[in-house]
Amino acid sequence: MKHKTFFWFVLPSTLAMLLFIFLPLISIIVQSLYVAHDQVIVSVENCGPFGCTQSTMVDQEATEALKSGHPFGQFAGADIFLDRGHLAVAEVGQAWDGSQTWREFGAQMLNLPFYKAMSFTLTFTFVVTPLVILFGFAIAVAVNSAVKVVRGPLIFFSLLPMMITPLVGALILFWMVDARGIVGTALISLSGDPSLSVKASTPLMWIMLIVYGVWHSAPFAFIVYYAGLQTVNSDTLEAAQIDGASRAQRIRYVVVPHLLPLTTFIALMQLMDNFRVFEPIVSFAASAHATSLSWAIYNDLGGETRQLSSAAATSVLTVVCIIILLTPVLIRTWRDFGRK
Amino acid sequence: MYMWKKVAMTTAFAALAGTTAMASCGIDAGRVSIVGNEFPAIQTVAAAAAACGSDAVEVKSNLTADHQKINLAGMQGNPAEYTTAIIANSSIIALMNDDVIRPLDDLIAAHGADIPAKQLITINGKVMAVAFMANAQTLAYRADVLKEIGVEPPKSYEEMLAAAEMIREKGIMENPIGGAYAAGWNLAEEFVNMYIGTGGEFFTPGTAEVSINNEKGVAALEMMKSLTAYMNPDYLTHDSNGTQAEWEAGNVALMSMWGSRMGNLMDTEGSEPVVYENTMVGGPLMVGDSGVPATTLWWDGWTVAKNVSDEDATATFLAMKEGTGPSILNDTTMAEAVWMIDGYEPTPVSAGVFAAIAAGSQPYPMLPFMGLLHTAAGDNIADFLQGKESAEQALADIEAAYTAAATENGFLK
Repeated sequence: MKHKTFFWFVLPSTLAMLLFIFLPLISIIVQSLYVAHDQVIVSVENCGPFGCTQSTMVDQEATEALKSGHPFGQFAGADIFLDRGHLAVAEVGQAWDGSQTWREFGAQMLNLPFYKAMSFTLTFTFVVTPLVILFGFAIAVAVNSAVKVVRGPLIFFSLLPMMITPLVGALILFWMVDARGIVGTALISLSGDPSLSVKASTPLMWIMLIVYGVWHSAPFAFIVYYAGLQTVNSDTLEAAQIDGASRAQRIRYVVVPHLLPLTTFIALMQLMDNFRVFEPIVSFAASAHATSLSWAIYNDLGGETRQLSSAAATSVLTVVCIIILLTPVLIRTWRDFGRK
Repeated sequence: MYMWKKVAMTTAFAALAGTTAMASCGIDAGRVSIVGNEFPAIQTVAAAAAACGSDAVEVKSNLTADHQKINLAGMQGNPAEYTTAIIANSSIIALMNDDVIRPLDDLIAAHGADIPAKQLITINGKVMAVAFMANAQTLAYRADVLKEIGVEPPKSYEEMLAAAEMIREKGIMENPIGGAYAAGWNLAEEFVNMYIGTGGEFFTPGTAEVSINNEKGVAALEMMKSLTAYMNPDYLTHDSNGTQAEWEAGNVALMSMWGSRMGNLMDTEGSEPVVYENTMVGGPLMVGDSGVPATTLWWDGWTVAKNVSDEDATATFLAMKEGTGPSILNDTTMAEAVWMIDGYEPTPVSAGVFAAIAAGSQPYPMLPFMGLLHTAAGDNIADFLQGKESAEQALADIEAAYTAAATENGFLK
């Protein structure tokens, strides 16, 4: 392709990427380096229907004088990244010095919001991603070998979990696992423990969130694999059959290698998606048991006082973590590309 | 003939203009745009304000449960998208901190002499909001259950625990206590109530330095944990709606609940007659011997945006004055809230809020950094209630999380 043609060809997508990816990234990075101006606080008397109270307020004029000429706030460098709400460098150091055993150190780390969020986010990502790939592949092989007439309805039902809005899908499951819901009641009668409650137990809540994650994302892997299965060379399959390969052997030595590039693609997408786990935590009201980086951003912005710099710093950390997570997969893709 | 026609036309126009002036609450021109929470009382206010609209006066409203996420951004522009925000004593802080609402003294002098003084919210000598309804969390109890165990309605959380133990022992209910203990805002609100009930101070007076890690903070958390032993094990996921559902299902006999929700508990919808007929409202509960009820008083009121023209500000003031005036009170609206408007007659539903005011309850602290402490408390109490850490550790976590947030927001150095 000529350079000029290439330029005009990629211009629209380059512009879109600048506008929707690059500029917001710059924005959060800048925001995360600044903290709000010092607020000048004055004691005042507030009166209302319930009488008067001594209180404090922000002295707007004095604060305005500090603000003028510095619209971003005060430059803080990496301070926000290092404070207790994020990487908590000082607190981690104290925990390291003050703890005798690994167990104690771990418990103290999990008391810090960033590491608490990371522990669930990483567990969720590394359990859900392989399960989604396995289930998606299994469903795709099953649907592909079904009789032609039932394939349409089968595909439709298999895709349902992905079509349902995540928030609604999670709420449905939330009601089902309630102590009086169908799954909750079943669990109680199976375990014989009348006080068993999924919503009250941290391990059960984690399992529930992981089950939801697999249920919601498996159709994505399924539909990608199903499309891939249509391109498997039938001559090779027949040849393998004539050579005496069993069904399992044909899948192992013909189908799986053929679908390997797709697996890389699904792993890439799922790692990114699962790392950003958010909706189920909100729908399951699970924040007492499990938090994620995305939930932390939402929590910073949802309070009565919005914590913009803190949310921006967590966003930057999320981007960095995703880059780290994807690096091995990207290196692998690059090598495959180079080999061809 | 021609002349006659012209005179007739002029008269007709004058008559038309006359009716418009009446319907428009004395507003000649301007723009009124309301943002606020969504529940029946606020819908009544917005509808009454909207009746002031005319060809020359545009009145529109955006009522949503997410109002706090949009009101600040919607008032920072110039001109502001929203000319008024309906807020409560906690949420006015965010608008004050960013200086987006204007003092109302000049408008009151010109147009609002008839607004009762008790409705005016004065901050540092300037009227910043006009309150129109009050709210507080007080006791709700099942009269039939208490009669069965032969106990008077509890006056304190200690009595509530004793009654709950008797109800459980008699096998009437397994988890007789309810409460909006969902992790996050609700749980923090319960802590704020309980800590105030122990007589604690949240901050070193006059500064933004938090001071809750003391024996009063421990006492407040210990009492909350004692209560959760009698709650549905899922309590950390129950917000006000979830708690109401538990009550209406007949699983709960005692709880501290919002005055604005008592009407829902006592109406015939959503529950069996045995539940709604026996649902009674009591006063606020005490804890320990501080003499201060473990509840906070709340008001809902309206403000006027700073970044709007004088014409729009006047129009907004007049429309909101009409929307929260005595004319909105009728048989239906009377039961919607504890109105602070002249002409309001208390109903059984509102007895709790009045009892809370009479008992000397404190208003929710109107401090610039209270929202940050509320968020920090909401994130760090659940670990203690689940037995994962000590009360002192939970309080230390709240203080540390608050301090980090307050430093980022310029309240602490």
